[in-house]
Amino acid sequence: MSTIAGTTTGTREMMMGNEAIARGALEAGVQFVTGYPGTPSSEIVETVARSARETGVYVEWSINEKVAAEVAAAASFAGLRTLTAMKTAGFNVALDFLAHLGYSGLGKHGGSMVVVVCDDPEGHSSGDEADSRWFAQTEGAPLLEPDSPQEAKEMTTWAFELSEQFNCYVMVRSYTRLSLASGPVTLGRIPEIGKKAQFDTSQETISPYMPKPSHVRQHQRLASIRPLFERSRFNWYQGPEKPELLIICSGIGTRYSLEAVGALGLEKSVGILKLGTLWPFPTKLVAEHLARTRRVLMVEEVDPFLESHAKILAFDSPAVSKDLKIYGKDSGHIPAEGELNPSIVMKGLAELFGLDYTIREADYERKISTAVDKLLINRGVAWCPGCPHRASFWAVKQAIRKDGRDGFPTGDIGCYTLDVYPSGSQQIKALHAMGSGVGLASGFGKLAQFGLEQPVVAICGDSTFFHASIPGLINAVRNRANMVLVLLDNSATAMTGFQPHPGTETDILGEAAPVISTEAICRSIGCHVEVSDPFDIKGTTAKLLRLMKEDGTKVMIMRRICELVRMKEERTFPFKVWIDAEKCRGEKCSFCTRFFKCPALPWDRETGKAVIDEATCVGCGVCVEICPPGAIFREVTA
Amino acid sequence: MTRINGEPINLVISGVGGQGNILLSRLIGRSLLKKGYLVSIGETLGVAQRGGAVMSNIRISEKMPFGPLTPEGKAHLIVSLEPLETLRMLSRYGNPEVTTLTNFRPTLTVDVLTRKDKYPDYAALKQAIDTLSGTAFFLDATAMALKLGNPIITNVIMMGALIGLDMIPLTREDIEAEIKASFSADRAELNLTALAHGIDAIAAGT
Repeated sequence: MSTIAGTTTGTREMMMGNEAIARGALEAGVQFVTGYPGTPSSEIVETVARSARETGVYVEWSINEKVAAEVAAAASFAGLRTLTAMKTAGFNVALDFLAHLGYSGLGKHGGSMVVVVCDDPEGHSSGDEADSRWFAQTEGAPLLEPDSPQEAKEMTTWAFELSEQFNCYVMVRSYTRLSLASGPVTLGRIPEIGKKAQFDTSQETISPYMPKPSHVRQHQRLASIRPLFERSRFNWYQGPEKPELLIICSGIGTRYSLEAVGALGLEKSVGILKLGTLWPFPTKLVAEHLARTRRVLMVEEVDPFLESHAKILAFDSPAVSKDLKIYGKDSGHIPAEGELNPSIVMKGLAELFGLDYTIREADYERKISTAVDKLLINRGVAWCPGCPHRASFWAVKQAIRKDGRDGFPTGDIGCYTLDVYPSGSQQIKALHAMGSGVGLASGFGKLAQFGLEQPVVAICGDSTFFHASIPGLINAVRNRANMVLVLLDNSATAMTGFQPHPGTETDILGEAAPVISTEAICRSIGCHVEVSDPFDIKGTTAKLLRLMKEDGTKVMIMRRICELVRMKEERTFPFKVWIDAEKCRGEKCSFCTRFFKCPALPWDRETGKAVIDEATCVGCGVCVEICPPGAIFREVTA
Repeated sequence: MTRINGEPINLVISGVGGQGNILLSRLIGRSLLKKGYLVSIGETLGVAQRGGAVMSNIRISEKMPFGPLTPEGKAHLIVSLEPLETLRMLSRYGNPEVTTLTNFRPTLTVDVLTRKDKYPDYAALKQAIDTLSGTAFFLDATAMALKLGNPIITNVIMMGALIGLDMIPLTREDIEAEIKASFSADRAELNLTALAHGIDAIAAGT
């Protein structure tokens, strides 16, 4: 298949928002791209990587988002066009650097730098649904928010121009329903990359110090950008001259607002002011429109960012009616939490116009309610059949039980996070950010002098270990904390799409790269390290139990490749697995289904006996080890 | 069946993470775009792909790119790779006119394995889907795929059934061309066989 760079100019393609952002960067002549994987942002860097050989763009998965931002910034200091992409949780990590970069700018002969941040309204694949737009204001970064894949491409290209013109990084805010949605995108030309990297050593140090004059320069920069934003084509108005109600929207709120106004037949009463350039806030444009109406509905995801600024502006604008009412999240016409959808906008709009908005006839609605109450059950996420984590957590559970001191794990971010769901072993008792499991364990591990006798086990994955767990582990060693770090090494950043990391043999382009050994790092800082294959449940349990009884900071590496990666590479089933129905004790036991919880090991509704689901079993054979009566059998496949 | 008369046409594809609904939405999206339609697709990626309930909203317009999510109660056609997921989509997007096409092969949830939940009685589930649909079609595409030697092609069999219904503006030739363009020769052949089985199943009066 052709890559994104190989397509013809002028043609129209279906593209994910993330692919469109990547294409927009290529059409701007991007030369240098960095990031750390995280849903919903991963495909931006991956898309650029797929065409890297033909385009000559440098691409890397960095160790974490802060380093990704620093690496990209360096390239921009040397005059290149750079982009870094991350999800909102990772943006928090990068902010330490980006906060200062917002003051310093990109240096005397800087190139350009675009920071793409992908929010996850509703938290589909995140621990929060934070709205990153506030940070553009805090860091003094120009902020753009596209409403569709087409606009995402165009805005990204423009963001490079802005960055180069104003010598600062520009933030493009994406979100799940853009990044992971697909739509038609018309392709433009990809220019030849010509610019060579050169760093001007005659310039002053690129730094935010002194902060106050830097802050003044930042404000001047934003003031000079504002007139450009006031007349940007990414802001537009559609509707009557003096609308009965004005919708002010951004991002996906635009598409839903257009649909809602049409569905309710309010085209003659409602105007839509769509904003694409959000910071610096285009005050003149918004004030003009506020002056032409008495009612405003704000439609945006997630926080009332535009709503707050519109309210401040109304207070400051003499031409605005004293009776002006601004509705939205504060008034409850749009929910203050969760993602938007067209029905939400329709409901809010209908309420403001006193219209009846019923989704379905009462009779059908009743039938739906009955069926939902009687039949519909939740379908939670679960580890895949053959996933090493199921075996690893089984071993952790056995070890904690045998230790007998009411020990507990602290968790981290990755596929193993699924442990907290009903499908997991539900042992993890504290779960926050990347690397927090080790930091928390380092704290729990110092509580013996206050009477805490429970052992603590931190659990993190291999990519997470490199990303943010190493400082916490050094902290634990240095401060003599008693803890075990269980490092689940499945040779991939599995949850976000199997990306490589510093411990894997190849890089993002599939080329051999120096491998950094987790064992060597842990040993070099003074940890007792054990390594085990989690599919050897008994051996793994015994090793972990021994480590839990030792003083100090210990590391247990449970190593087995992600099953999805293995299956993709090998396309084999290691074992043929079957159940002897005579030996299976069925409902009287049901140990395997109740506790091991493998989706490929359900039970027969008539007989109550466990069965292997041939459509989903991958033949890992681990269930053989946990069946109490020994009714599950496996045979090595040829 | 007759072609859907909708602006936009709202097609929903649902299933269980890992069943391959994304492949279907991609094939459909690309084929329709080539025919000049403006298509928006909203779907579940990330954590839900690990065995959770997944869906793709495909919105097909001749006029403008719509947002990627369908308004509640506004689906024209729901294609589901798992029956419980048909019901889930009906509860959100269903209406008395909606057509549903279901792979009637229940995938138990982990909460059912642990006896925390009970998977609904199959006959009752089928009855509910039937009652809540204007027209409901059922087939066991997983059984057909296993018979063909590979459960992975269940999704493409369902695609065949969808094409067989002839309700969206796509022909067999359109999808065949897209399959040939998207896969290596041997994988394309397997998928074309799967497509044919799905189309035949509808023709045979599923």
